[in-house]
Amino acid sequence: MAEEQRIVLRNADQINPAKLEDYLQAGGYQGLEKARSMSRADLIAEVKKSNLRGRGGAAFNCGLKWSFVPTDAEVSYVVCNLDEGEPGTYKDRIIVQKDPQQLLEGMAICGHAVNAKQGYIYCRGEYPYVVELLNLAIDQARSKGVLGDFNIEVRMGAGAYVCGEETALIESIEGHRGEPRFKPPFPGVSGLWGKPTVVNNVETFANLPQIVFNGADWYAAIGASTYPGTKVLTLTGDVEKRVFIEVPTNVTLREIIYNYGGGVKSGRRLKAVQVGGTSGGFIPEYLLDTPIDYDSMRSIGATLGTGAVFVMDETRDVVDIVTHIAKFFKEESCGKCNPCREGTFRCYEIMDRINRGRGTLPDIEHMIQLGKVMERVCLCGLGQASPSPILTTLQHFRYEYERKLIS
Amino acid sequence: MAEYKQILNNYKALPGGLLEAYHAVQGEYNYLPGEAVREAAAVFGVSASQAFGTATFYSYLKIGKRGRYIIRICESAPCHIAGAAEIITVLEKELGIKMGETTADGKFTLEFTECVGQCQATPVITINSVPYTDIKPAQVPEMLAQCR
Repeated sequence: MAEEQRIVLRNADQINPAKLEDYLQAGGYQGLEKARSMSRADLIAEVKKSNLRGRGGAAFNCGLKWSFVPTDAEVSYVVCNLDEGEPGTYKDRIIVQKDPQQLLEGMAICGHAVNAKQGYIYCRGEYPYVVELLNLAIDQARSKGVLGDFNIEVRMGAGAYVCGEETALIESIEGHRGEPRFKPPFPGVSGLWGKPTVVNNVETFANLPQIVFNGADWYAAIGASTYPGTKVLTLTGDVEKRVFIEVPTNVTLREIIYNYGGGVKSGRRLKAVQVGGTSGGFIPEYLLDTPIDYDSMRSIGATLGTGAVFVMDETRDVVDIVTHIAKFFKEESCGKCNPCREGTFRCYEIMDRINRGRGTLPDIEHMIQLGKVMERVCLCGLGQASPSPILTTLQHFRYEYERKLIS
Repeated sequence: MAEYKQILNNYKALPGGLLEAYHAVQGEYNYLPGEAVREAAAVFGVSASQAFGTATFYSYLKIGKRGRYIIRICESAPCHIAGAAEIITVLEKELGIKMGETTADGKFTLEFTECVGQCQATPVITINSVPYTDIKPAQVPEMLAQCR
């Protein structure tokens, strides 16, 4: 078994997550203490320099995102995105269940950097037990006074994939339908209740205590140079070990599946792997030697996304799986913008027709054209990314489609 | 059972409290009574269409009665390839209802859900939000018998 490198999971199964004392004994809250000894500008510069990039999928430089909050803003908010809805992904749940205080510390560090006194954790409705643990952790942190004057509140989502998009998430916290907003303005300028707001993923926040404590240079030297650090991955599907792991970002997909995951189940051969969740591209066997970092994945037309690694063996019907995925996007499209509302509907309609053996060659050509339009013109990431499984499987596994067409 | 009016009022002062209030009402009733949504519009000072718009946007919120045990089956890709369809077949056969329906005695409701984040052991179902993983078709009758 290959070695992991644990930063955000360093306390996993080493401490009792329900006990603040355990976290303190493991060195907890020293990152926040150091952050508070720094000026806001220095802290943001340090985080920027570490090149920590957003772990929710968009990979935007974290410190740069923080720097958009105006320094003279009287009220600003820190929001944690725990709306982990990307199928095949459960890393944020693990990070919080194993070590909730680390997340709170990371948020408080951000609070110091952008002068926010209030933080919100938006937790998906599917995780009521995580909400309970977080509320316990917040109570303990508050009574011990470790968060100082920074306050954190948990809000619960209610089963809407689109709320993982940061402006839809903000709408949902405000108690509305979770529909994305037009950008600009970006949340850093006008977010929650119209105030400057930083929205970061759980894993992004969870990295901060160690980055601040050990310094930007320490972090920047780990893993791939343009997307440094580690990534928590969840291995699912036809893989021998369906586990979560934390590895440096320069590890290749092949190492992940065969060394960490123990290979394809039952000794079968690999057909495809989908990385980054259900909106990720399908990757064929010959590209497995690609490192998992964001930019390397982009270079092969795939994405690192949330770090879900969905393995499919040689017996799997790619068209059937993609039809299922197309149905998912049809269901989860919020309906605000026309290209996504109509596009996901039509993609599913065509995929279903092909999957039932009633598709034609023009169906495939229309779907490629539609997918390319959606990638460019949909309002948010949901619609823009939704054609990716279709387009990448048509690129790498076109024969699977063609054999299902009406002859 | 707490009155929905009381529950809604508890969240009146909370910024963005409408969604939290719906969660609390549903926690008590297992569903959102239509009158509660109309009342919420008045309590939170929004139009009835906004109150219904929010309630119907989210798949976890349901207006109108459903069973005491809400069984949700994940239909995302990792569960799909692990045999979720077989679990659905057994559930429908055992309960004598189709997906989306409630048994005549008001005990069980079957619903689809997307990923519930337990993909380390697929397929997954949830019963009143508690996840059960690595489900085999043969286990289903016993699981249903446990619901009393």
